[in-house]
Amino acid sequence: MPDLDALFDPKGIIITGVSKHPGKFGFVTLHNLLTSGYEGAVYPVSREPGEVLGLSVIGSIDDVPDGAAEMLFICTPPAINEGLLRQAAAKGVTAAFCAAGGYREAGPEGAEMEQRLVALCDELGIALAGPNGQGVVSTPSSMCAQIVAPFAPAGKIAIASQSGNFVSSFLNLANHTGVGVSRAVAAGNASVLGIADYLEYFTNDPETAVSLVYIESVDDGREMFERMAPLAARKPIVVVKGGASAAGARAAASHTGALASDDAVFDGMCRQAGLIRAKDVEEAFEAAATFATQPLPAGDRVVVVTTVGGWGVAAVDAMADTRLEPTALSDDLMAAIDEKLPPRWSKNNPIDMAGGETRDTVPEILQLVAEHPDVDAVVLLGVGIQSNTAAMIRGGPFFPNHGLERIVGFHERQDTRYAEAAAGISTATGTPIVVATELANAAPDNPAPATLHALGRLCHASADRAIRSLHHLAGHSAWRQARGL
Amino acid sequence: MSTTLSEAESRRVVSGYGVPVSPFVTGTSTAEVLAAVAADANVTFPVVAKLCGRAIAHKTERGLVRLRIADTDALAAACDELLGKAVPDDGKVEVLVSTMVDGNRELIAGLNDDPQFGMTVMVGIGGILAEAIRDVSFRLAPITEVDAAEMLNDLATQRLFGEFRGEREADRAAIVDALVALARVGVEEPGLRSADLNPLILVDGKPVAVDALLEIGEDGDA
Repeated sequence: MPDLDALFDPKGIIITGVSKHPGKFGFVTLHNLLTSGYEGAVYPVSREPGEVLGLSVIGSIDDVPDGAAEMLFICTPPAINEGLLRQAAAKGVTAAFCAAGGYREAGPEGAEMEQRLVALCDELGIALAGPNGQGVVSTPSSMCAQIVAPFAPAGKIAIASQSGNFVSSFLNLANHTGVGVSRAVAAGNASVLGIADYLEYFTNDPETAVSLVYIESVDDGREMFERMAPLAARKPIVVVKGGASAAGARAAASHTGALASDDAVFDGMCRQAGLIRAKDVEEAFEAAATFATQPLPAGDRVVVVTTVGGWGVAAVDAMADTRLEPTALSDDLMAAIDEKLPPRWSKNNPIDMAGGETRDTVPEILQLVAEHPDVDAVVLLGVGIQSNTAAMIRGGPFFPNHGLERIVGFHERQDTRYAEAAAGISTATGTPIVVATELANAAPDNPAPATLHALGRLCHASADRAIRSLHHLAGHSAWRQARGL
Repeated sequence: MSTTLSEAESRRVVSGYGVPVSPFVTGTSTAEVLAAVAADANVTFPVVAKLCGRAIAHKTERGLVRLRIADTDALAAACDELLGKAVPDDGKVEVLVSTMVDGNRELIAGLNDDPQFGMTVMVGIGGILAEAIRDVSFRLAPITEVDAAEMLNDLATQRLFGEFRGEREADRAAIVDALVALARVGVEEPGLRSADLNPLILVDGKPVAVDALLEIGEDGDA
């Protein structure tokens, strides 16, 4: 197993194929690397002398000081890359990301060059990522070494994908939600390093709490299972698979063979290995974001807390398709809540506060519910509505007169307080508290979603989606418990 | 290329690993069958008689199954009739007689050597509609008891495992044991390509295979 530290945290980077043309991959990579704030030494290599983005280009890798760079980022065509790798190895480079295409995906000639590339990297002791990949991101090193956007906020999710497009999708969702990323890598043709290699690195990586992978093709499913299962027992791995609807290829002589669609077998493999399988990219990101920021629930018993009615009903409905159960409120919890709310509250789960909350009610109710031994997880709904009203008042013709300035400030502080309470109380009690409001999409500046965003925690866009994420956490928790983990 | 074992051979292989099958005997003549039934206290009337052989895959379609045979006389008649239906292409044939077990709930279990994942084990809702319903769960063999229990939890039709039409609740532990044993067949039996136990009837909540079909690769030694 090659050491991937030089790929994810290189102390210096050589970029080949740098050009003054802002449309070229070499230029974009240099731009992204400098823009993301990478602090190591950067050596742009170009045939044309001069400056690019304020850096003097060098004509040859031979001009890089010995030991100054650990990673080579390749944007040059296949025909010259073997020579570049030899030069780079002589300077102390131990990892290469080959973004250049023209290899296996381009035909038999490219395939032959890819074989030579693999053999050479093996000979030189270079860990080879790609070829034909979009790049590598590492927030601990402020490194966006990619031929495309975006970079992402720092966080605990590590991403590996057989499609570069989905690296971008996940990073876009990280930016949108504020739930950050530790590492991200596109496997490209994965001629040496594959998904399982990256997962092994992420599982050992102290910067990573959860891995998130997109898989399209499985060459050796048995090997994948055997490598991933021990990793999944140590750190959660969320998987989304493309091509899941393809039917099994083998003409079956048996009923069992006829029932063994690729997807049914892949799904069973995931369950056995403890991989968390999501049905699409959004669900996968949200599950990973929840794993990264919430404690694991001890069981399936959920209480919904909502400021007003309908949302809570929909959340309980959404549990029907999951392993989660809306648990009955025990007598002592009912009595404790009675002390805090006016008599019109729902008296059951979902806890509908019926608009009866005062300054500290929401945090107090959350605390009572989250610390109760009969509750494994909490869903908080209806946050942001006060600030939504405040936003309309703020934009209306009467503001700030008629006492409106004061009430607007109160509403906004309240929603900030609710979001902070959800985060703080879940951390303090070890009970996950997921928050959902469509304002996360409709009005991301609303203090409720904006506060969660600033805290690096996910504000789900609907109760259904929050329930889905919790379902994945509870399922993984059950998988662990069944195996004594 | 592969060959399929006869039902009798298939039953002997899987039961050797502890997979429960309905009690059965075999014979190549009516006299042999009757003697075998008389000698085996586990095979009790009513019984089922089937003509089986490696080359006979579709017994029901060819009318080679006789159900609910009440006594020795009826069994003798059934044996004569079944043996008379054999054609030269069937090769070596025998009559299999098994205790007729009763249960409303049918599961399917099986093995399949998957090109990507190797030997896999399956359980699902069985019977003649199994391939249409497709309520199944797979794992890679071998499996633990925990894996097998989770396979049952995966199935959408959970109501089948509770009390059902006057029958007692399914004995999940017994089904788990059968699946773990079946997965061992897949791992340890040389050359095995696939296996079907369809149906696996729940009798007093416990699974009993009343049909078995094993497919063995050419390189394998059955």
